Amino acid sequence: MSDVTSRIDQLVKAKPVVLFMKGTQLFPQCGFSSRAIAILDRIGADYDTVDVLADQEIRQGIKEYSDWPTIPQLYVNGEFVGGSDIMMEMYESGELKQLVGSETQA
Amino acid sequence: MPMAADEIADLIRAALPDAEVTIRDLAGDGDHYAARVVSTAFAGLPRVRQHQLVYRALGGRMGGELHALQLETAAPSIGE
Repeated sequence: MSDVTSRIDQLVKAKPVVLFMKGTQLFPQCGFSSRAIAILDRIGADYDTVDVLADQEIRQGIKEYSDWPTIPQLYVNGEFVGGSDIMMEMYESGELKQLVGSETQA
Repeated sequence: MPMAADEIADLIRAALPDAEVTIRDLAGDGDHYAARVVSTAFAGLPRVRQHQLVYRALGGRMGGELHALQLETAAPSIGE
């Protein structure tokens, strides 16, 4: 496992719910990241964020880690869940609250 | 370089020949699109895998020259 991969692995598993995004929770730097934060806040999730703009290695590495070309990326319990479109679909269907809620209580 | 909507649809259809592709230019700037893709290739796959098939069809352009593509994927419903 390369250095970047093991660093990402640690970040992904640091908390049950982790969002890789552009900017911070208070100051998202992209509309899609902002939407992801709004969704997580709406369902009352307890989550960590990782600002990919602060670390070029992570910014590139996370795309390879998940085989997913865009940011934001949501991880629950170490598993890649999806980007902001999938988060929105899962939010609307209630799946996301169920997934995040059960992981947060576990 | 922004991409034309037709170019996006053609790339998706090249990889998923049966796909029904609908593209909307969200901002009218040739840079922010929404796509709905319906293909039998998605049947039984989780959403992440479905979107990955589309991203793969776009051959690395997603996140690069194609900045924003809101994606919705589905398998055709029975009888459609």
